[in-house]
Amino acid sequence: MKLPDKQTSVEAAIAHVKDGDTVMLGGFGVPGTPFTLIHALVHHGARNLTIVKNDANEPNMGVDHLLQSGLVSRLITTHLGLNAHAIELMNSGQIKVEFNAQGILAERIRAGGAGLGGFLSDIGIGTELAEGKQVIEQGSKTYIVEPALRANVALLHAARADSFGNLAYVATARNFNPLMAMAADCVIAEAEAVLPLGGLAPDDVHTTGVFVDHVAALGALSKEYAVVQR
Amino acid sequence: MVARAAREIQPGMVVNLGIGLPTKVVNHLPANFPVCLHTENGLAGIGPTLPPDEADRNLIDAGGAYVSTIPGSAFFDSATSFALVRSGRLDLTMLGAFEVAANGDLANWKIPGKFSPGVGGGIELAQKARRVAVLTTHTDRAGNSKLKAQCTLPLTAQACVVRIFTDMAVIDVGPNGFTLVEIAQGVTVAEVIDATDAPLHVPDTQLPIF
Repeated sequence: MKLPDKQTSVEAAIAHVKDGDTVMLGGFGVPGTPFTLIHALVHHGARNLTIVKNDANEPNMGVDHLLQSGLVSRLITTHLGLNAHAIELMNSGQIKVEFNAQGILAERIRAGGAGLGGFLSDIGIGTELAEGKQVIEQGSKTYIVEPALRANVALLHAARADSFGNLAYVATARNFNPLMAMAADCVIAEAEAVLPLGGLAPDDVHTTGVFVDHVAALGALSKEYAVVQR
Repeated sequence: MVARAAREIQPGMVVNLGIGLPTKVVNHLPANFPVCLHTENGLAGIGPTLPPDEADRNLIDAGGAYVSTIPGSAFFDSATSFALVRSGRLDLTMLGAFEVAANGDLANWKIPGKFSPGVGGGIELAQKARRVAVLTTHTDRAGNSKLKAQCTLPLTAQACVVRIFTDMAVIDVGPNGFTLVEIAQGVTVAEVIDATDAPLHVPDTQLPIF
């Protein structure tokens, strides 16, 4: 037996994104952000997108290119503190922003990828983040019902992959990537190296290729992947 | 004040230092001090901060600073990182504040109409760390006290703060509200009372000076 080959180009993979889609983007700051796939998505031009990402990167980087292109109508995120441009778009009503507590966003995505409808949490009770959310009593405690979150497409960044789409991340570039890998109908990974089958030892795989639909090898990395000079 | 706050960290603790002033606490820990520092974006065992020319592009803390690993460090995904937080594995977190109330309420994420970048991981840290300390200037830039009878800004978490380190004093937060426990060199008790917008209990005993 032989595992199937899922290698494709960035351009061919991104063509799966349609107008109105919800698109998850891996990454926390620069590490783990699929900058090349994001550029391809801007060029592809699918509109009215809902983007799910921890943050909006920084001005003129990553998610900010999508926001500037006018393709995004809604952003589900945890923190925009490093991108004043995103905050402007939010304040002027050009994009709708839904803030989630960071671990709640991660867990909603994990639940979506684990075939669950949601979960119970007491995070945010007594604050405005709980307003409007369904609450239930369980035992003697009050919990917020947090719905699972899924997407039409997830765009991921891995350090290494193999041709089946097994993925391995490095350092803090892991973050939301392995969670989003489980939570979308179409999962596209860019990888700094795509190895032949067997190139990743089974114990070194962080995301099984079962979750991944398309894997694209990156050439030389653009400046966006580099250390940010502040 | 940062040096005083660093003495709050006990050997063996798992600690998360919030963005801003609290991240500077690490600079005041003795070399080889036995502590595990956690950052929300997926690292337990944070090593020293690195300058850009020595940085690893894939290795940052939750504030975006380039950090490093130490022997024994581990990386994990964001769901695991917050499972660790919500299940009470953090012995201590130190956070910044816009306002702290005498009942321990904390407001540190939103000033309606002025500042609303999102809450990040702050709610979970404030609500679930076993001990929540605040590290902040005693007053804001306009001179208004950050220590209040009640918070006026949207809350991060209710009744979570147990100790406050400011440039003027160390103040405990308990069932009786604010209690002065230490005072900064050159500051008088009257000045601390004057800069605090809530009743401040002052013990009869000699206050330690930091």
